[in-house]
Amino acid sequence: MTSVATVPEGTVNPYALSHLDSLESEAVHIFREVAGEFERPVILFSGGKDSIVMLHLALKAFAPAPIPFTLLHVDTGHNFPEVLDYRDRTVAAHGLRLHIASVQDYIDAGTLRERPDGTRNPLQTVPLTEAIQHHRFDAVFGGGRRDEEKARAKERVFSLRDEFSQWDPRRQRPELWQLYNGRHAPGEHVRVFPISNWTELDVWQYIQREHIQLPEIYFAHHREVFDRGGMWLTAGDWGGPKDTEPTQTRLVRYRTVGDMSCTGAVDSDATTLDAVITEIAASRLTERGATRADDKMSEAAMEDRKREGYF
Amino acid sequence: MTTTTQPLNETLAETTLLRFATAGSVDDGKSTLVGRLLHDSKSVLTDQLEAVEHASRNRGQDTPDLALLTDGLRAEREQGITIDVAYRYFATPRRRFILADTPGHVQYTRNMVTGASTAELAVVLVDARNGVVEQTRRHAAVAALLRVPHVVLAVNKMDLVDYQEPVFAAIAKEFTAYAASLGVPEITAIPISALAGDNVVDPSAHMDWYGGPTVLEHLETVPVSHDLTACPARFPVQYVIRPQTAEHPDYRGYAGQIASGVLRVGEPVTVLPSGRTTTVAGIDALGESVDAAWAPQSVTVRLTDDVDVSRGDLIAPSGSLPASTQDVEATVCHVADQPLSVGQRVLLKHTTRTVKAIVKDIPSRLTLDDLSQHPAPGQLVANDIGRVVVRTAEPLALDAYADSRRTGSFLLIDPADGTTLSAGMAGASFAAAVRGGSAPEAAEDDAEWDF
Repeated sequence: MTSVATVPEGTVNPYALSHLDSLESEAVHIFREVAGEFERPVILFSGGKDSIVMLHLALKAFAPAPIPFTLLHVDTGHNFPEVLDYRDRTVAAHGLRLHIASVQDYIDAGTLRERPDGTRNPLQTVPLTEAIQHHRFDAVFGGGRRDEEKARAKERVFSLRDEFSQWDPRRQRPELWQLYNGRHAPGEHVRVFPISNWTELDVWQYIQREHIQLPEIYFAHHREVFDRGGMWLTAGDWGGPKDTEPTQTRLVRYRTVGDMSCTGAVDSDATTLDAVITEIAASRLTERGATRADDKMSEAAMEDRKREGYF
Repeated sequence: MTTTTQPLNETLAETTLLRFATAGSVDDGKSTLVGRLLHDSKSVLTDQLEAVEHASRNRGQDTPDLALLTDGLRAEREQGITIDVAYRYFATPRRRFILADTPGHVQYTRNMVTGASTAELAVVLVDARNGVVEQTRRHAAVAALLRVPHVVLAVNKMDLVDYQEPVFAAIAKEFTAYAASLGVPEITAIPISALAGDNVVDPSAHMDWYGGPTVLEHLETVPVSHDLTACPARFPVQYVIRPQTAEHPDYRGYAGQIASGVLRVGEPVTVLPSGRTTTVAGIDALGESVDAAWAPQSVTVRLTDDVDVSRGDLIAPSGSLPASTQDVEATVCHVADQPLSVGQRVLLKHTTRTVKAIVKDIPSRLTLDDLSQHPAPGQLVANDIGRVVVRTAEPLALDAYADSRRTGSFLLIDPADGTTLSAGMAGASFAAAVRGGSAPEAAEDDAEWDF
């Protein structure tokens, strides 16, 4: 089989994997490593596209057996109803077990206080870390991607968190070859990011290739929105808009799905996967730049939140 | 030989992925090169550029500092240095790229090792005015040690030497001779100016004497993963899939990522370390039944016999098995702040198998500056590269790193707190000149490596 060794110039190497196959293979390897080495892993599942892709990868990694993990959703109380509906249908369809950590419960109990700006995204950290401690999860899968944000670009695939769930970027373990080190002391846990190396476009291309269903809000639709800080936010029970913020109906879609108080819609007429991919490939804005208010709070907003235990 | 010219990856399925690393000293213009690659391939988006412009203005700088694109941590931006590896992503119609942007400073050798461990190509930057310097030799040595299949020498700042061919030719000759002596299989030298944009993405108008590819052209066309499939098949078992459901009462599959080579249905295989032989009954490639699968595909393998197989075992063709050993001789790069000492008890993680081990000997330590060997250092500290002899509690099916980066590599881990101590590469390397504590072959070193 020496002919395999060198492929002549101008021919296609029959053993070359497509970039999506390489990324898929790597992600599946990561899921299986965690299944092989940890006692109580959990997948963070929000009903957003990245966690949907993660769930799809996990289903493939362990087929024809069921996924050997439970799911956890940190519900800010300001989630899009279409996304919660999708979440519940998906959990039921695959016979999965879902834990919910509710920000609203913490606010009602007086242990978390609503912020003046009404943004609940930063409030997720406490329910998340307490759920991890309560259920004694030792590995927590997240859909974070390094292309999303400059602090995330520094994140390891296996990211050790201390007993307070804190991330210390200067004390990360070097990550060598595909040898992931998941050793941890009791009380510590590891955040695992199987799609670290994927970009937004990869995620969409994979969704298209695998015919993965998404919540409808990812596709263009008419929606009542209002302008806050240059972003189209959805009017609703969560507290927007203020009297000074007039609403209007626009043709929009979402590039990311998160808390309604800080996730903006983008003007779009993309109603199909093909159209969405064309739109993203041509976009001059990153998905977070286009749609996330919380990252703009300061130059190191994400790093600071991650240090505290955020994903 | 007649070949058909294929349309270049016009469909999604034909787009491949190249992982590469950059290495260069602080002032060689690495950030500018990375910035230029990202910028000219239109991978820097408006909001990212705005953020960089905003941050640069706040610092009182007139022009946007492209290094801020990659220096993502507070501490890095405060100090204006790159502390840690950053991964960047960009794409052209031909290929997708994952760039491990590694710090150039000597105290971060471990970060270059981290970046190079998964890279199929390394770009080593040289300032055309300074030529090959100690740091260049270190970068070449790490690339050679980690066996990065392709090395690009980017001779930068050609604009500052009037784009003269003899300057480039002399540097390319010196570097190629040095890197080749370390065993780097393929070296491509490209004269560039990252600042002016010569030969990075677009061909230079100032160097018509150069007929080779631009940096991006080379990145787009260099072959990937051919080395993996040429090796004998290695399949480390990660996880046993046994649904025990009404639909699949008897399914028993061994999940893993093929580490090297090609695995075929019907092939006689041996399970290590038990040595039991059987045959591949079927291969499930994430939902599709296939006749053959190859590295680095993640698959599930079924065997004809109900043999005892679990996580940590290795399945390999019966005709070409790796050696089983409890005495591992290797070159390691020490990556932890705490030292590695003779007599220390450690864990050794090799593929999917983690075993207890003890450091029996540290025969030598390598100085990257001049590749000189220091016998019996007693311990290795952060960023040291040295030879070690490790005795494991159980036999390992270990290949030489020279034959397989995947099944010849391992980690040493501190059993007390889980710290990753060292990155290990089994078998011989150029760092293995000293054996059993004998005197270093200094004279030979001088003749080979000093200029």
